[in-house]
Amino acid sequence: MEIKDADKKRLLENLVLSNAPHIRDTQSVPLMMWLVVLSLMPATIFSCYLYGLYVALVIAVSISSAIVSEIIMQYLLKQPITVNDGSAVITGLLLAMNLPPHVPLWIPAVGSAFAIIIVKQLFGGLGYNIFNPALAGRAFLLASWPVEMTTLWHRFPNGYVIAQNPIFNAAMPQQLIDSISGATPLGALKEGPKLLQELSLQAQPLYDFLFSKAMIKSLFIGNIGGCIGETSALFLLLGALFLLWKKIITWHIPLSYIATVAAFMGIYYYFKGVPNLPYAILFHVLSGGLILGAFFMATDMVTTPVTKTGMIIFGIGCGVLASIIRLWGGYPEGVSYSILVMNGITPLIDKLTRPKVFGT
Amino acid sequence: MIVHSFHGGIHPPDNKHFTNRIPFKYLSIPQKSFIPLQQHIGKPATPVVEAGQFVEEGQLIGQANGLISANVHATVPGKVVEIAEYHTPYSEHGLCVVIESDGSFNTSGRVRQKNDFLTLDKEALIGKVQSAGIVGLGGAAFPTSVKLNPPANRTIDTLIINGSECEPYLTVDDMLMRTHPEEIIEGTQIAMKILGINKAYIGIEKNKPLAIKALQTAAANVKTHEITIIPLNMRYPQGAEKQLIYAITGREVPSGGLPMDVHVVVQNVGTIYAIREAVLFDKPLIERYITVTGKIVRKPGNYKVRFGMRVSDILEECGGLAENPSKIIMGGPMCGLALNHMDIPVVKGTSGILFLAKDETKVTPFRSCIRCGRCVSVCPMNLMPCDLGNAAEKQRYDIAEKLHPFDCIMCGSCSYICPSKRPLSHFIKVVQTALSAKR
Repeated sequence: MEIKDADKKRLLENLVLSNAPHIRDTQSVPLMMWLVVLSLMPATIFSCYLYGLYVALVIAVSISSAIVSEIIMQYLLKQPITVNDGSAVITGLLLAMNLPPHVPLWIPAVGSAFAIIIVKQLFGGLGYNIFNPALAGRAFLLASWPVEMTTLWHRFPNGYVIAQNPIFNAAMPQQLIDSISGATPLGALKEGPKLLQELSLQAQPLYDFLFSKAMIKSLFIGNIGGCIGETSALFLLLGALFLLWKKIITWHIPLSYIATVAAFMGIYYYFKGVPNLPYAILFHVLSGGLILGAFFMATDMVTTPVTKTGMIIFGIGCGVLASIIRLWGGYPEGVSYSILVMNGITPLIDKLTRPKVFGT
Repeated sequence: MIVHSFHGGIHPPDNKHFTNRIPFKYLSIPQKSFIPLQQHIGKPATPVVEAGQFVEEGQLIGQANGLISANVHATVPGKVVEIAEYHTPYSEHGLCVVIESDGSFNTSGRVRQKNDFLTLDKEALIGKVQSAGIVGLGGAAFPTSVKLNPPANRTIDTLIINGSECEPYLTVDDMLMRTHPEEIIEGTQIAMKILGINKAYIGIEKNKPLAIKALQTAAANVKTHEITIIPLNMRYPQGAEKQLIYAITGREVPSGGLPMDVHVVVQNVGTIYAIREAVLFDKPLIERYITVTGKIVRKPGNYKVRFGMRVSDILEECGGLAENPSKIIMGGPMCGLALNHMDIPVVKGTSGILFLAKDETKVTPFRSCIRCGRCVSVCPMNLMPCDLGNAAEKQRYDIAEKLHPFDCIMCGSCSYICPSKRPLSHFIKVVQTALSAKR
């Protein structure tokens, strides 16, 4: 009998007591974060290949700054150090992807530090920040150092920023070609028509050039100028499909966001009488940071609604704001600001879209 | 309107393969049985035997105390050695009648006289269910005679038999439906006669094709009643009462209400089987089928067990464990109770005993909520578990109160899915307790 009791005791040595449920899903926050990092790798590697290895340095500085800032802040705030959950790495990586390829290295260092220290940790750390840290970091950099943030684009061997092999329309005046050669496709769309108006010339050749099959192809594959991470829709979509397959993101925000931009632009250019309407729509969907923003930043769980209806409202709001900024705002690109504004009203969306409780 | 499903839910690995091909076996009778006087929701039964007395198999040892209570019977013949407090699934100090097995088994194995239930009236039928001490065997253990006798101002038009068995690992209901389909159909007819209705559904998850087929065949022979087998989509918690009613009838049980508010009575298949035994053979509820399972159990299976047999005795009969368990669970892994030792007896509401190894039940410290919304999308009651959890953590019960905490059915889907491993259903329980104390 004594032996049996001893056996029983040994059997119960490592027993765990806790409330139900006793089994858990395999998904965890660190796993999700690192899979997001992995999903961004195709676009990151392509960018290093396209714009040169300096880009890798910019990314490395941005990530390192984010990691160091997180460790220092958590140490100072006497919080457990959770840098291995991968969230700081994502912030650093996404911030770098939103920078021009040839920024001086202090830009990513300052930007990531701002994102982590001010936007994330001072608001309470992962889960409590109101705004997407990477986007708020970018907004801070853009407001503080506009020249560094909007001119240091990569120039291809042909001397142009806009694309590696631009098929410039013969009808375009040399003056226009010179002025848009240093701009991104969206920059050319924003500044080009104004310039042509000053020269009292038709804007049509510019539209024909931008809304062309060749341009759409360049935008899709990514041999165009722009921020580090936004260049290739193809490689971004590969990563996005991976995240959808792994159920880390859902379709609700990206689809409603992109569809809204497409619809908005479709209506606008239809009434404007642009002949290549499908290309005009595709131009806006594939250019700038829309794909990057819609799949990787507007899906940041912390700063977006928790309900499915809320997510769709969030996406539509982002789409409308981004379109308005692109068409009538001061910046050629509206993705970051659209997401940041919608981040701000997320608590309100959550409150208004609370699901109807079963049986009420 | 049959909708076959409900909003939300999760798909945990069902792990039923350990036991779903193993036929029922009897376990030998332990030397000592510890029979709790409370094996049901409500007041504990009052003991009607004394220490030193000899009791027969099936003899009444605890008399139901009041309306919401249930009779308790001697599960083995023998000598009552003591009536004392022991650890039971419901209480650390639950009064138990301890019986040392002795004497002969008078009822087991005998050819039984069959009563004709058609000649009995409603009161007589309910009387038999009540005196047999039958409670809901699905786990809630609510006295069945009360459930079958709703107040006069509630009309019932539908009986739903719950054969969904959505808890992972458990296979007793599946096995019972496969091996005793005629008995279940007959039990259903008895329950329908008690309720005075003509329509019944048996809901079974689609991962039990053999059970569905067996019951369909058995139900086809019934001409007098309309009994329909409904294959249900596989999703936890399909067997939760409100979700089952919704999947089969499209009716929503109102918040704070009961199934009878939407004219439905739900009974588990095991309970239906017990009702038939009680009505046709006057057999008290002294045993049930349970699943003993887990990858570390040497002889997992579906066993017929007498109430009062302790987990340690059961484990011995099942060949012991291949390695030390990390968790011993009474019930299924989603809703079951973690035990801290094995001297706890099986009771009427025990559907299984599950032994989990270390790698099957990782306990990691939880992180803060990252607002991913997974808990919101899986909640079958459409609650916001994340917000409830955050409010509970800050002890802001005023915020939590507005988020319908009392509509939570404690299915655990939110805790299961949370990537931050937050114990969300536990948080909601904390909110419920705090708010109840305030009221």
